[in-house]
Order: sequence, then C-alpha cells, then structure tokens
Amino acid sequence: MRRVAIVGAGLAGLTAAQELRRLGYDGALVLVGAEPFRPYRRPPLSKEYLLTADDRHLTLADGDLDDLAATWLLGHAATGLDLPGRRVLRGTLPPVDFDGLVIATGAGARNLPDGGHLPGVMTLRSLDDARMLRARLADRPRVVIAGAGFLGSEIAATLRALDLPVTLVSPDPVPLHRPLGRQVGALVADLHRAHAVDLRLHRRVTAVTGDPTVRQVHLDDGTALPADLVVVAVGARPRVEWLRGSGLRLDDGVVVDGNGLAAPGVVAAGDVARWPQPALDGELLRVEHYSNAIDQGAHAARALLGYPGRFAPVPSFWGDLYGRKLRSVGLTGIRYDTHLVASEPGGRFLAEYHRDGGVVGAVTAGFTHSLAHYRDLIAKQMAAPVPAPTPFRAS
Amino acid sequence: MRIRVDMTRCQTHAQCVFAAPTVFTLDDNDELSYDAAPDDALRQAIEQAARACPERAIFLDGA
Repeated sequence: MRRVAIVGAGLAGLTAAQELRRLGYDGALVLVGAEPFRPYRRPPLSKEYLLTADDRHLTLADGDLDDLAATWLLGHAATGLDLPGRRVLRGTLPPVDFDGLVIATGAGARNLPDGGHLPGVMTLRSLDDARMLRARLADRPRVVIAGAGFLGSEIAATLRALDLPVTLVSPDPVPLHRPLGRQVGALVADLHRAHAVDLRLHRRVTAVTGDPTVRQVHLDDGTALPADLVVVAVGARPRVEWLRGSGLRLDDGVVVDGNGLAAPGVVAAGDVARWPQPALDGELLRVEHYSNAIDQGAHAARALLGYPGRFAPVPSFWGDLYGRKLRSVGLTGIRYDTHLVASEPGGRFLAEYHRDGGVVGAVTAGFTHSLAHYRDLIAKQMAAPVPAPTPFRAS
Repeated sequence: MRIRVDMTRCQTHAQCVFAAPTVFTLDDNDELSYDAAPDDALRQAIEQAARACPERAIFLDGA
C-alpha cells in the first residue's frame, strides 16, 4: 500500500493517520476535509469555547501534525467515490487517487423539519457554528434548546453560566434518556431545574415562527414559547451522501465487517461507521462518542494495513454539567436495567447497568475512581469466548 | 521512561486509568496520581493513554 486517502479531517481521521505512521506506513497520506481547518477538539464548542472564544481550548495535537508528513486538502468536501477506479471525487477539483481509503466523514446536525432555516435557528457541530452562536449571545437572547441529549444539556448549562434565560425541550421523559436511562436522567433533570432551566419534557417542537427572524417556538401541546434564539440539538446524521451509488453498504452509516472493512482496502471509523459490536451479539452499532473516534480510528488503520483483529472496544463517554463531571464506561442507558448504587444529596451518584443479570456498564458523577473496577469487569466479560457464528448459507 | 501530566488540564475523564491502570490512578476524591518514571515495558499502554486523553494532558519523555 503506497497511497492512503483519509476522507474526513476530524478526530477519527487524524487518529487513523497517526496510527498508520506509528505502524511504519511510509507511503503517501492525503487528508480530505470539508472544513477549512486542521483537526481540532470539538467537545469545548458547547462548553469552554462558548464561554471564552479562546482558540487554545480547541488545540488537539500539540503541534505534531507536521510530523505526519501528510497532504492536507481542506475546505472542500468529497463529493463522490469511484471505487473501481480507486478515486475520491471532489466536484470540479482534481480527484484523489488511493489504494487504501479511510472513510471518516463524521455526522452532521439534524435540523427541525419545520422552520429550521429561519434566521436565529442554529445547530452546533463545527467551529463556524460555535462562532455564529457565540456572536448572538452578546444580545442576551431568550434561548430555546430543542433536544436534551449531551449537546442540548451542555449548551443549556453553559448558557445558564452566562445567566441567559434557557428553555430546554425534549420529547423524552428525562434528559439524556437514551444514554442514561430514566432513573439517572431524572437526576440530570433535577440539576437543570436547580439551575433555573425551564425544562419542558414529553414535548415536541412542532414549528418555529417569526419574521424576519425567529420569535416563537411552538410545542405540541399548543404552548408558544417566546424566543430570540433557537438551538437545535436533536442528534446527528452520518455524512454518507458522497458515497451513494459507490457500491458500499450504507445503512445509517457505512457498514463495516468485524475487522473494520467496508470493502477490500476500504475502512471506516468514527461517527460515520457502523460495525458489529461483539458484546451485543454482533448487532450493528454506530457510536458518536469521542473515545470511539480514537479507538476506531486506530483500529481502522490497523485493518487497512492487514493486521487482523475484531473491533471490540469498551465504550466510554462523558459530559460536563454545572461543574458535575458525568463519566461512564461500558454499555449504558435505557436498554439495560439501572441499579442506582449510590445517590447523595449533593448530586454525587453511581449507577450500574445490567444485562442478563451481569454488569455491562456504569455511570457516575463524583465516583469516577470506581469506574476502573467496572472497566476491568466489563473488559473480562467482553473478552470471554463468544460462540462461533453460524455459517451463512444462501437458501 | 519519564512522563508528565499537566494537572491544570486534567478533567478526570479516566481514559488514562483505563489504558494504563498500573501507572494512572484516581483516589477517593477523584484526584489523579501517576508514576512519573514507569517501566519502559509499559510504553505502549502509556502511549495509548496519552492518545485517549481528551485534554491531551499527558506528555512522554520530557516533551
């Protein structure tokens, strides 16, 4: 392999590039990025960066990017993949030839079906988004946030730190319902309320209206919330448009096999990749966490160079809310049984998640030191021999 | 080998503890402590810890 193209210059793409070099790959390395920036840290965009606009929070690689000896083609997204011709297409720009390809185009923000393009309605995914959002905060807007996942919850906490009035709307019974489950999500709801967030649960945004800019957010119970700024944080969609018709299997992301391959010499990693998770009997998963972009980026590089090995990470995610550090390991959320092991009035808690009677994950605020124990336990379970797959037979 | 953690950056994500538990530990107050001169045999795990750190707060060999 002498010519590797990495499409997507985010954390997964960068990690793949670093791992390729670490393993001794000394051929050409081309990174194609839609944004005009080299890789940067996205998590601060909803936190420190929104508060301070200090670019230092975004520095990712501590100046070692030049050591990669890579060619950076930034500011233009890939527009297509010619798999038989081994070329990444870039509109009217010259294509990028490859013999090995890493797909790491990430995911883009979903928007509201109605009113999402009205001025004053924003999503937060990129540095440009964060700069636009921050520019609006000086006017002290009344803010409505649609979606109470990690992004919506963190933006709410950050804007409350700026003492802006915040309403948080979610169709779920609690914030962070899917990743944390009902019991732990209820603790997060308490946190929001304690910080004077107007929490509207079990409610959907049906429309956003105003002329020329947003004035009102309409909910499904008929409520009309006054708003000067609406932040839409209703999840993300994998960026696979450029791969349509390429012959790769696309199904809520680029589907890869147990070794990380989407096709011979083609791997995928990060928010865009969907792979069979061994701990869930090979169920296809797509994971948007920071730690997954790193683990899978490194694994994709190894797969590209022909190192065998299934991708079987122990997941981990985190969030920062009102000074509380939410930390996790393993599989968590509504799909599993929650056991609240500790819950203190000050907001410290530790919750276990069980599946078939065994611990598969844990989430905490204030008992992060306990997670090492859980990770050991979970890693041992996940490393346990799994039954051989039933051979596929065409009928 | 020598390692250093910029404690002003550490946000206790515990990713280093997961990657190299004999080098990095959290006490009961979730404060990080670490072995600044770990055995060279642990290099791969420590490199993994440095890479996994979301704050990029772990530095190897005097960097």
